[in-house]
Amino acid sequence: MSQVIQIFMSGLAEGCIYALVALGFVLIYKATEMVNFAQGDLMMLGAFVGYFLIVGLGANYWIALVGAVVIMAVFSYALDVFVLRRVIGQPQFAVVMLTIGLGFVFRAAASMIWGANPLAFVTPFTDGTTSIGGAPIPDVSLSIVAGTAVLCGLLFALFQYTPVGVAMQAASQNQLAAYYMGIPVKRIFALIWAISGGVAAVAGILLAPLTLIDTSIGFLGLKAFAAAVLGGFGSIPGALAGGIAIGLIEQFSGVYLMDGFKDIAAYVVLLLVLFVRPQGLFGAAARKRV
Amino acid sequence: MREPLLRLSNVETFYGPIRAIRGVSLDVHQGTIVAVLGANGAGKTTILKTISGVMDPLKGAVVFEGREIQGEDPDRIARAGIAHVPEGRETFPYLTVRQNLLMGAYARRDRAAVPGDLEMVYGYIPRLRDLSQRVAGSMSGGEQQMLAIGRALMSRPRLLLLDEPSLGLSPRLVGEVFELIRRLNGETGLTILVVEQNAGTALATCHFGFVLELGRIVMEDTCENLMAKDDIKEFYLGMKDEGVREGRRWKRRKTWR
Repeated sequence: MSQVIQIFMSGLAEGCIYALVALGFVLIYKATEMVNFAQGDLMMLGAFVGYFLIVGLGANYWIALVGAVVIMAVFSYALDVFVLRRVIGQPQFAVVMLTIGLGFVFRAAASMIWGANPLAFVTPFTDGTTSIGGAPIPDVSLSIVAGTAVLCGLLFALFQYTPVGVAMQAASQNQLAAYYMGIPVKRIFALIWAISGGVAAVAGILLAPLTLIDTSIGFLGLKAFAAAVLGGFGSIPGALAGGIAIGLIEQFSGVYLMDGFKDIAAYVVLLLVLFVRPQGLFGAAARKRV
Repeated sequence: MREPLLRLSNVETFYGPIRAIRGVSLDVHQGTIVAVLGANGAGKTTILKTISGVMDPLKGAVVFEGREIQGEDPDRIARAGIAHVPEGRETFPYLTVRQNLLMGAYARRDRAAVPGDLEMVYGYIPRLRDLSQRVAGSMSGGEQQMLAIGRALMSRPRLLLLDEPSLGLSPRLVGEVFELIRRLNGETGLTILVVEQNAGTALATCHFGFVLELGRIVMEDTCENLMAKDDIKEFYLGMKDEGVREGRRWKRRKTWR
């Protein structure tokens, strides 16, 4: 029993990271209909910025967390203003290539600044454990789950109860009408990029004690992309559920199935779900009415 | 005569290589309801989009309250006091009615006046109060049209642009929408520019009318005079003295050709 709890918690923690990255995908896609393949690499940069603040400047973990979120939010805002806004209206293909290219640039830049060797920083959660149901659970896993929950709560409140959040929803649902209302749509989209960058930074810093930080952790974005598709691309609850589902499936199949299944199980499930529900778990089929 | 609230002079707007409006000039005076009539593809919607900045004219000027606004971003024009109720209503489908209305007031500086205006909109369209927690996408076409108008009112516009408010509505609802237009104009003095295919209802409501054909204004007059014209009766109101439609249709030419 305690083993099941342990596997469940580590799957949940892993899944929360996928969920946060998938959330970044979905936020940007819903607003601008762009798929940002550099989302995983934004997470990577967020982790490195956290490393820089904690190890390089000796900042307190919590201050570094907030600092990294702010830095990544500003960075993503600028990324939209100076780069991505220019490809709006170009073929989807151009956007895909551009964001994949940005991913390469980010990885190259990170390895130039911080080197190619894996790095680590100490967090308040490193090495601690808490007992749940008789099973020792690493504090790192708990911190990831709690951090994800808090962040989702904050985002929910932002989107539901603040005028700028409702305007973000409005601009995502009907861009033209938002323009007619005098909503500054371009700035709203840049703010959504900023939120995605901030979420990526949180994901990177929460993930850091679980793995080491190196330039390749951004490839986790591929599994997060699968999570977003599983949930129905364009659905925020779907992204969260899809991420957690993939995290759990991976951990359980890694323990109970043969070697090698861990890496493919998530995709097998994704394929099966898409056979049955092509729009994903939470997606609505044919939403656009003419 | 006083300066008009809105003046288009010789505006030409293109969809790619296609010239959708070809030198349109029209004046909208303070406190009037002005109708632009015309068939599909005449360029009615393009005129409104050019005014609200969604499309930029290649030539000509759009002057609102004495200031040239052509080529500005639509959100700036909206903040300058022009509210556009687009064709097909374009509500925010997953927001509630109340949230939709508040979005109409998003760009306003005087936040304190917003609750009062919300009451004003509920006063004019009581059904929106009953539906205030409903998600807009789940409502009927007529309710959404009313919502779109109410949302535009929330910006306290000095000029309201209405694009085909009767589109897809039953005759009873069309009557309700135009009754609302008449009341808004009569009670608040709001200036309204409405674009319609439904010429009969529009002419009965408006003060002044323009007839648009293939991107040109072919006739302009008070609505009373327009209604009395034979061309309008035949081609826009479908009223004819004789039943032999086909035969005459081809012989008779519109006087402006």
